[in-house]
Amino acid sequence: MGLNMGLEEKLPSGFLLTTVEKLAGYMRKNSLWPATFGLACCAIEMMAAGAGRYDLARFGMEVFRASPRQADLMIVAGRVSNKMAPVLRQIYDQMAAPKWSIAMGACASSGGMFNNYAIVQGVDHVIPVDIYLPGCPPRPEMLMDAILKLHEQIGNEKLGANREKIIREVEAAALAAKPTHQLKGLLA
Amino acid sequence: MTTFIDPYASSQETTEGRVYSVTGGDWDSLVTEIGATKEERVVVNMGPQHPSTHGVLRLILELEGETITEARCGIGYLHTGIEKNTEYRNWTQGVTFVTRMDYLSPIFNETAYCLGVEKLLGITKDITERATVLRVMMMEFNRISSHMVALGTGALELGALSPMIFAFREREKVLDIFELVSGLRMNMAYVRPGGVAQDLPEGALSKIKQTVKDLRHNFKDNEKLLVGNSIWIKRTQGIGYLDLAGCTTLGVTGPVLRSTGLAWDLRKAQPYCGYEDYKFDIPTTDTCDVYGRFLIRMQELEQSLRIIEQCVVKLEKLEGQPVMVADKKIAWPSQLSVGADGMGNSLNHIREIMGESMEALIHHFKLVTEGFRVPAGQVYTAIESPRGELGVNLVSDGGTRPYRVHFRDPSFNNLQSTSAMCEGGQISDVVAAVASIDPVMGGVDR
Amino acid sequence: MSEKGMFGVSGSGDTSGFSGLVNSAVLTGSTQRPFGAYFDQVADDLERAYPLFSDAIEKVVVDRGELTLFVKRDRLFDVAKILRNELRFEMCVGVNGVHYPNESGRELHAIYSLLSITRNQRIRLEVCVSDNDPHIPSLVEVWAGTNWHERETYDMFGIIFDNHPGLTRIMMPDDWPGHPQRKDYPLGGIEIEYKGATIPAPSERRSYR
Repeated sequence: MGLNMGLEEKLPSGFLLTTVEKLAGYMRKNSLWPATFGLACCAIEMMAAGAGRYDLARFGMEVFRASPRQADLMIVAGRVSNKMAPVLRQIYDQMAAPKWSIAMGACASSGGMFNNYAIVQGVDHVIPVDIYLPGCPPRPEMLMDAILKLHEQIGNEKLGANREKIIREVEAAALAAKPTHQLKGLLA
Repeated sequence: MTTFIDPYASSQETTEGRVYSVTGGDWDSLVTEIGATKEERVVVNMGPQHPSTHGVLRLILELEGETITEARCGIGYLHTGIEKNTEYRNWTQGVTFVTRMDYLSPIFNETAYCLGVEKLLGITKDITERATVLRVMMMEFNRISSHMVALGTGALELGALSPMIFAFREREKVLDIFELVSGLRMNMAYVRPGGVAQDLPEGALSKIKQTVKDLRHNFKDNEKLLVGNSIWIKRTQGIGYLDLAGCTTLGVTGPVLRSTGLAWDLRKAQPYCGYEDYKFDIPTTDTCDVYGRFLIRMQELEQSLRIIEQCVVKLEKLEGQPVMVADKKIAWPSQLSVGADGMGNSLNHIREIMGESMEALIHHFKLVTEGFRVPAGQVYTAIESPRGELGVNLVSDGGTRPYRVHFRDPSFNNLQSTSAMCEGGQISDVVAAVASIDPVMGGVDR
Repeated sequence: MSEKGMFGVSGSGDTSGFSGLVNSAVLTGSTQRPFGAYFDQVADDLERAYPLFSDAIEKVVVDRGELTLFVKRDRLFDVAKILRNELRFEMCVGVNGVHYPNESGRELHAIYSLLSITRNQRIRLEVCVSDNDPHIPSLVEVWAGTNWHERETYDMFGIIFDNHPGLTRIMMPDDWPGHPQRKDYPLGGIEIEYKGATIPAPSERRSYR
């Protein structure tokens, strides 16, 4: 939690010093409740991650809330077709802030192997995504790794004025960034 | 206080009448509004995102009180255009697309497609016996893992939470076998036209024997939880009735058809992949209800274990046989193994194509870039998947790419019977009936 | 069928530069009697039960161990009823569509796969209609299971089934324009961006046919 150790060693025991941001982050990340948005094959691996062997209950996440009003995290698991996209947006809108989303699998991250008329090429065309998880389907351990990275992100999120500052910086960076096909890579 | 208008919680006039959105805590206001219009019948949408509808299935129910007067299914929320995608890929690459249709039984999709391609090529008799036995063994393991999901999620939708954990525990054992043999847990692309991708690794057979023993012992847990359970029986007996006449006219096959008393299983009636040489029974019940289908699925697990044991005995005798067809113009060239670079290229194969045989190099190049050519014609091949008859219609125009691939998915037909099963019943019975049909929406929508 | 690929390859896909390789698709012609296996019995029973057999059936194809009867579309309903009642083909397993844009006048084919459980037999009916008049009588009254299959064939190919109880789109959204699985409908992918390059969508790439 990043405690300010120096000051506490000098005080009598029973004190813990931290910041509001760190405390709020700690609370939020340790009790994320996912919303059921399992669509296709990735949903089965998500269910396997929630089952006995790869247990999501150790993070407090085995309750997959059916109602989006009670959920914090939406794991979009599976291919999103053009018919399903408005439904996805509606469910995401019905979730209360703070909310996060993981695009699980290649189809949710980028359309996957289905580059055609029927599939939305990446769920970030429809909702904002925090973590992209590749794989076809990703193993339950990979899903847990993505959730842990999300936990880190959530634990370090800023609040209030700091948050607005970060959001403005990120937006400016994104507007000024070079598009992918102009970057230097292995294919150039 | 500003009035906040929730875009999803207002009632609006549409061409079909008033549409209300219920968001919680507003049942009273909803009832007074509906009561004012003197409408007795309410159309309720159990929308595509729902914990109990077994996937992205939209159920449109017209209710009178708690009884359903009309039930319709809205599908297509998972339509991926797989059939059109295969027209732009090789025949072999089609396997990776086709395996993701019915995602709970990927091996069945692959096998149906490969049997169809082999029928078009005319090499059905040239498939080596080892490849055929491997296909049968993987199919039966897939049947077990698919039924485990069916039973687990079926129980979950009706409110029984523990059987799902037990079922997924058994499924993990089967997925371990899949990973050992093919490298992946799901969507393996293991069965290819001409044979299978690679042979069994060392020690696989003993692991399989041990797994069969464990599974047989652990299946009793689920039985103890559900079979004699009075709540389970009350919720599943007499529910979702569909008799033989209904099944045949709707084209329903699989456990739903076998629950009417007719022992129709393509593995016995029109055997493929050497199924005529295996000893197994076809469980049937004659109650035509959800409980009967549940019992059939539980008994099919034991029959699958019997077949796997017979496969293991055959595989031990067939050590050393190749797993791809002998015709080098069709057989997938590379012999995979994890080499020194960890990238899966077998050094023997590379030495052969680079140093020893020009033909092997040419075959490898042509097969991987262009693919083999399949003579023109049309074929329909059907196999028995865990949900029923999985058929594939293949049309070839003589080229290296399919002209048309159409899958007759069992869940597509079986789901049509929802209206017949649910009208006149109650909403909670809809959940039980749909769970007993066990539709996999990837197959329904393709 | 000629296709253009990334390198300007057209016609046969022969990249050797000599372009002498021509592949033409040969579709099977009509098979003569005897058909073999149980196909003769099926054809005889059908002829006995339906005296106008030779008028209704355009051609019979026995290929790779399967029987296909090409039926004229206005006789389809009668033939289907007789197959169900007299010849015991109780189950229609599925309806499928295929689009042959080169066969002018007979572009759209609808294929019905039938299964007889009592006799353990399978046959196939094929109906050919043209793009300008894509109407086929619906078989929902004969086999109720064809309901959704015909809706899917309509959705994907544009074949209109007359007397269908509710012919609407089933896979695509209700207001989708076009019929996706026709050959003149594009696959519709997007270009893929990598660092430093863009790869075209799968339908635009180099094609080796």
